[in-house]
Amino acid sequence: MGLGLIASRALRPAILHRSSRVLASQNPITRTITSTPELQNPEAATAQPDSPPDLPPRTPVAGARIHFSKPDDAIEVFVDGYPVKIPKGMTVLQACEVAGVDIPRFCYHSRLSIAGNCRMCLVEVEKSPKPVASCAMPALPGMKIKTSTPVAKKAREGVMEFLLMNHPLDCPICDQGGECDLQDQSMAFGSDRGRFTDMKRSVVDKNLGPLVKTVMTRCIQCTRCVRFATEVAGVQDLGMLGRGSGEEIGTYVEKLMTSELSGNVIDICPVGALTSKPFAFKARNWELKGTETIDVTDAVGSNIRIDSRGPEVMRILPRLNEDINEEWISDKTRFCYDGLKRQRLNDPMIRGADGRFKPVSWRDALAVVAEVAHQVKPKEIVGIAGQLSDAESMMALKDFLNKMGSNNVLCEGNGSHPCADLRSGYLLNSNIAGLEKADVFLLVGTQPRVEAPMVNARIRKTVQATHAKVGYIGPATDFNYDHQHLGTGPQTLLEIAEGRHPFCSAILNAKNPAIVVGAGLFERGDKDAIFAAVETIAKLGKVIRPDWNGLNVLLLNAAQAAALDLGLVPESSKSIESAKFLYLMGADDVNMEKVPDDAFVVYQGHHGDQSVYRANVILPAAAFSEKEGTYENTEGCTQQTLPAVPTVGDARDDWKIIRALSEVAGVQLPYDTLGAIRSRIKTVAPNLYNMDEREAATFSTLLKPELSEKMSLSAFGSAVENFYMTDSITRASKIMAQCSATLLKK
Amino acid sequence: MLARLATKRLLEVRQIFRQNHQTSRSFSTALNYHLDSPDNNPSIPWEFTNANKEKVKEILSHYPSNYKQSAVIPLLDLAQQQHGGWLPVSAMDAVAKVIEVAPIRVYEVATFYSMFNRAKVGKYHLLVCGTTPCMIRGSREIEDALLKHLGVKRNEVTKDGLFSVGEMECMGCCVNAPMITVADYSTGSEGYTYNYYEDLTPKRVVEIVEMLRRGEKPPHGTQNPQRTRCGPEGGNTTLLGEPKAPPCRDLDAC
Repeated sequence: MGLGLIASRALRPAILHRSSRVLASQNPITRTITSTPELQNPEAATAQPDSPPDLPPRTPVAGARIHFSKPDDAIEVFVDGYPVKIPKGMTVLQACEVAGVDIPRFCYHSRLSIAGNCRMCLVEVEKSPKPVASCAMPALPGMKIKTSTPVAKKAREGVMEFLLMNHPLDCPICDQGGECDLQDQSMAFGSDRGRFTDMKRSVVDKNLGPLVKTVMTRCIQCTRCVRFATEVAGVQDLGMLGRGSGEEIGTYVEKLMTSELSGNVIDICPVGALTSKPFAFKARNWELKGTETIDVTDAVGSNIRIDSRGPEVMRILPRLNEDINEEWISDKTRFCYDGLKRQRLNDPMIRGADGRFKPVSWRDALAVVAEVAHQVKPKEIVGIAGQLSDAESMMALKDFLNKMGSNNVLCEGNGSHPCADLRSGYLLNSNIAGLEKADVFLLVGTQPRVEAPMVNARIRKTVQATHAKVGYIGPATDFNYDHQHLGTGPQTLLEIAEGRHPFCSAILNAKNPAIVVGAGLFERGDKDAIFAAVETIAKLGKVIRPDWNGLNVLLLNAAQAAALDLGLVPESSKSIESAKFLYLMGADDVNMEKVPDDAFVVYQGHHGDQSVYRANVILPAAAFSEKEGTYENTEGCTQQTLPAVPTVGDARDDWKIIRALSEVAGVQLPYDTLGAIRSRIKTVAPNLYNMDEREAATFSTLLKPELSEKMSLSAFGSAVENFYMTDSITRASKIMAQCSATLLKK
Repeated sequence: MLARLATKRLLEVRQIFRQNHQTSRSFSTALNYHLDSPDNNPSIPWEFTNANKEKVKEILSHYPSNYKQSAVIPLLDLAQQQHGGWLPVSAMDAVAKVIEVAPIRVYEVATFYSMFNRAKVGKYHLLVCGTTPCMIRGSREIEDALLKHLGVKRNEVTKDGLFSVGEMECMGCCVNAPMITVADYSTGSEGYTYNYYEDLTPKRVVEIVEMLRRGEKPPHGTQNPQRTRCGPEGGNTTLLGEPKAPPCRDLDAC
């Protein structure tokens, strides 16, 4: 028995007889906060003279840039005695950021409206009687802002204590742990103890669908998610319900969050109230290796970071790129990663006489393929690049087939007779960020919300900011902004081209009209006639000018732009029907019924998807997360993926397989390093050599000769039937399957 | 050791107080989320009556046409009167349609204000003031008498659907404390009244309930026959004559 215990026994009767007031004064919990003793007397501390502004210039926080739209509008403020010049209208918080002082904040987010309800960003402003919420306070000329005075520090410490009052102490089991704003800021700005001893409140968790997990007790009511859903995602489902201590975030009625951007609320939630459901309890963020790469599930090429642990992709997060995806990504991009672990091809396989696949060695598989390739006529060799193919492998495929004597190489999604003559004919010419300048949009046969959610987010942003008009021609579909449904097919397009439609006046009166044509139209037989009609509209509305090119094509797949740049154009438009040797490089959306029964089909790819059922030989390849590959996005920006995880089984990079096959077939390709193949690409399409640069198309499509083909009057179809399942990776993903089951509109 | 024991005891003491505190904090609008029930779900059609549609037009005319959403509170109030004192979720949806906003924006408002009842109430919704002056003057006894007489718990509706008892915050009648408010939804939005009954005793409040049950209209205001409005019992004791004029300097004399 310890001494303490004996002592306590002896003392017990005495304790019980004392009054509770005496006990309270001995209670460690009710002790006053004394963590920062100088804060006890803020007035005396502020009385100290300011240090002269001889501080070295500080770098702005997170590369904060200032753009002076009018030089006369610059004002000067002093942040901790250091003068900064900022444009008029900036808030105090932004001024501090420019001055290199990071103000703690929860509710403020640079891309959302200002709420000013967390009060964490309180700073002291000279001559202001109280600390001011810097996120909502416009900076005024000559303002003297003090961010680290005792008043400001004490204000933050108080706010933090209130925030932590009802915040559960479950950091050890919280998925946000380690990347939590509340955790970090309570370490930096909070006190080391709280005075709150009552029960914490608890809030019922909400069901927002298969992607977002909610633990609403952790919520600190910053309303970032409400503002994100309303302003960026355009779905008004979330709201702030109740008042006072009963306040909670919710949908009131049972409702799932049916937005293609819903995953972003996970990122913007400063605490662990909204976390990723598929990632729940899977890993801690400090165990993960981040690889900065790009997304290939659509043609936007969103910048992402793949977080991996060992050989496994654990999650995907967005990276900041103002020109492409800002800081959002679509749900498909974010949650498709579990598809990378399922249905993978890991061994070369040959279909035996019994119709079953048998694993073989690479040597045997390539020998069989090379032998068959030599047995057929060169004209009967057809190569199809899939929608996830990188530029290197497409270059290798084209070179290999050309060496074999065939020129029937195409990329799926580009149609059977693509036109690759002018780059402006297949690129988003006004670029994604440039869409914000447009004041009238004409969407022809494209549903940007499912085809390219990030482009749709830009259009929505523009519509919200400037009330730009949106006209849409195509099948009835969902929009999350105001639009006019002009018609469903070429009939309406003709009416506009001939100036008979009421929407014509909107295009004619617009300063920067933007026409966006969907790449789904590439598959139509009357594609050229449709494009001719669109070009007539472009001429009519002066859409293409030296200072503005508003004639855009919105591509569907990551491979499309690079394929057309590299000239993956088949010789004959009936190439697939006459094929005897079909080389599918990850092409899963080819209509296999068109392929003759006696054709020999080689499938090179990473997933056992649709085309594998028809394949004779399977060559396993690496997925985008496992290789270094060049991709060109829909606006013509060249970016590359980087390997985050090792490949599965015996799989190899696509271009290496084709290089090896060419050697076995006796037509050796002249490159055997990535550098060498990129040099080869440079001779064909120099723009693919300059990484992270957008090469604009130089000649406009108006150079094209006039065309007198007739349009068929069949209505435009929708290019993407199921947003969550568009390629082999997303079709293999369980999360995407859950999403299509629960979130798609029936 | 000593401190630990002390803490434990203190927590026990607090626990006792807390239990009291929590039972007293329940509004008719206890939940901040909606649970579907047969009489309250979004698939039940709900519309303003023709008479009330005129009122809706009138209310909307108070606001600029591009700020229709400003009418949310008066419209919710009208809907509540029409629907017998409470707002089913389909009524909120109907209001959202009228003011052209997303339903969640209306739910936000309806959950914020405790005078919007989102659960069923009686035709006579009796609200007992529980704020300090009334509490000191015996509002707890008034409430107990009501609950005992009607045989219900707080925010429960009597079997005949006539009465429910709730609590509210100060209505500014402290000088006549304790008081209750009777929200009368028995005749829809036309005959809707919201009357105060002041200077109550447990006996008098039961009498008022019985009068209401018989369909009578008990006189509202103070229930103390000795008092007129908020004047002192038995007539004025001060200010009996004409008050003297305030002392003023004779400016002309200067």
